[in-house]
Amino acid sequence: MTYHLETAENPEKLRRVAIDPVSRVEGHGKVTLLIDEANKVQQVRLHIVEFRGFEKFIQGRPYWEVPVMVQRLCGICPVSHHLAASKAMDIIVGARHLTPTAEKVRRLMHYGQIMQSHALHFFHLCSPDLLFGFDSDVGKRNIVGVAEKYPETARRGVLIRKFGQEAIRITAGKRIHGTGAIPGGVNKSLSIEERDYLLKDVYQIVGWCREAVHMARELHETDPAMYNSFGIFRSHFMSLIGHNGEMDLYDGKLRARDDQGTIFFDGVPQADYAKHIQEEVKSWSYMKFPFFTALGKEHGWYKVGPLARVQNCDSIPSPLADAERREFIDYAGGTPMHAALAYHWTRMIEMLHAAEMIKDLLHDPDILGHDLMATGERASEGVGMIEAPRGTLIHHYAVDENDLVTMCNLIVSTTHNNQAMNEAIRHVARRYLYGREVTEGLLNHIEVAIRAYDPCLSCATHALGKMPLTVELRDSEGNLVHQLSRD
Amino acid sequence: MSTAIAPFVILACGNPSRGDDALGPLLLERLAGWLEAERISESFDLIEDFQLQIEHALDLTGRQAALFIDAGQDTPAPYTLTTGFPDDTPGHSTHAITPGAVLAVYRRIVGGAPPPASILCVRGESYELGEGLSVAASERLELAWLALQQYCRDLLVQPGGN
Repeated sequence: MTYHLETAENPEKLRRVAIDPVSRVEGHGKVTLLIDEANKVQQVRLHIVEFRGFEKFIQGRPYWEVPVMVQRLCGICPVSHHLAASKAMDIIVGARHLTPTAEKVRRLMHYGQIMQSHALHFFHLCSPDLLFGFDSDVGKRNIVGVAEKYPETARRGVLIRKFGQEAIRITAGKRIHGTGAIPGGVNKSLSIEERDYLLKDVYQIVGWCREAVHMARELHETDPAMYNSFGIFRSHFMSLIGHNGEMDLYDGKLRARDDQGTIFFDGVPQADYAKHIQEEVKSWSYMKFPFFTALGKEHGWYKVGPLARVQNCDSIPSPLADAERREFIDYAGGTPMHAALAYHWTRMIEMLHAAEMIKDLLHDPDILGHDLMATGERASEGVGMIEAPRGTLIHHYAVDENDLVTMCNLIVSTTHNNQAMNEAIRHVARRYLYGREVTEGLLNHIEVAIRAYDPCLSCATHALGKMPLTVELRDSEGNLVHQLSRD
Repeated sequence: MSTAIAPFVILACGNPSRGDDALGPLLLERLAGWLEAERISESFDLIEDFQLQIEHALDLTGRQAALFIDAGQDTPAPYTLTTGFPDDTPGHSTHAITPGAVLAVYRRIVGGAPPPASILCVRGESYELGEGLSVAASERLELAWLALQQYCRDLLVQPGGN
């Protein structure tokens, strides 16, 4: 199946523009645009690397090592992989119901992860674009520009993220390479001192998170024509949902809605994901394209993440965030909001939810408990899912009688959103680049759409010496015509 | 237990499971043992992470000097030891920021100039998941280790003067 602007008829006659975040390890995540002599966009593709080598890395390892090892996959969301793998291994060891202390400590860790990731995304990566506009001076379109105009914004962003990191450190045992979750439970609970350390700041954090939601909303209300249409495309959406239809970022069953908001499937157990989701391979991308089996490749693709989750649930089980959810639903006018920039607004609603949940958990005596582990009948296969900051994360493993992993399958949030991100940048290309000379400001529109999703570039590594972004404009002969670089 | 802030902070980033990306963590691990042996560990805070992020700006607060250690790709071999400056270049992803960006974030959220900073960048060659250090990186690690020891000795004599 191909989509409009996915494949040009005569690509050899077109100019090529590449937006190329130079990846350090696993190849490239980049955007390529083919443009004809009249500057009309004929082809747009987003190429993102897959977790290549992961299966080889993990197969043959003892199952109990996996929750620690998978943290090496991604430096920005190691906790999500840690918890998804732990949940899969819970099934392997027969711990289908964790102790209250274990589940609540894990949830505390997860809400810390949601908070730190969402804060980083909004305050550091995206707010410069949102506050100053996509065509603004590139020298202003960064965190310094934000800080000058909104001096508290940058500081709060750092401190909210820091608080989330502290929640992770306390529950996982260390700032990185934590071992808090283990198959069947956790290896530590909180001490009174640790609980009080987080409690002293949590009310301030909740207040700041609430103001961040209002800031995101005000941005939408300032320019609704742009915010409600930028990078828009209609699609289905999917997320885990709690047992009573509420948002649950840690556990639940799969629910999907169509682009009009009608529930398409609901109550799907995590272990049955493969009955409802398949993945298409395309020749031009390492990353697969998932779709709902019942709808087929052409119509079955979907999006995940904050925008999906906030609109997929019936409620949010924390009062301030649920009030903000209702405001968002009202703003959308009774039908699902599909605009790419609405991800930011919903991301802030989730950050507020995470802050409220952390506050509630810190008042729950179970987090101080000592009953940490559960056991049960051993299984040979386990599926663990979690709603990671960018969307649904699936870990699936098989383990043999010698306790060694024989099979693993990952579907990460960025893979779920693969087609959605391609559609978003094609919409932006059609609207802003069509027939115009390509400039840095125009290309930034493409990046703004990508940033809304913040695709994971599988970069649990970091090396100096590579510029983060290079844009190349090439003619039909492949000659470099123009280059924009950031160093 | 002392709660005083150590005058010097050394931040090493890298993923130990990705080949030469382990250069930073390996140097930091070796440094920890050496500082203990030299009985000067109280003067240094050592911080390891997968990659630099905005909150590391807070780790610079109250320091007399900071050193960032990282592997480099296509950077001069065997290593470079350079001065770091605040850099406000915008990024495209949340997945990592540069030492210069950490210094720039410090300037905005803490205020004033960040502490004098240096960057020890050791060239790597291969970064595949599950790999160990390459032969070339192993050799460079030894050279960089000598430079790192000297850097720390110099700091104690002349803070911020590297």
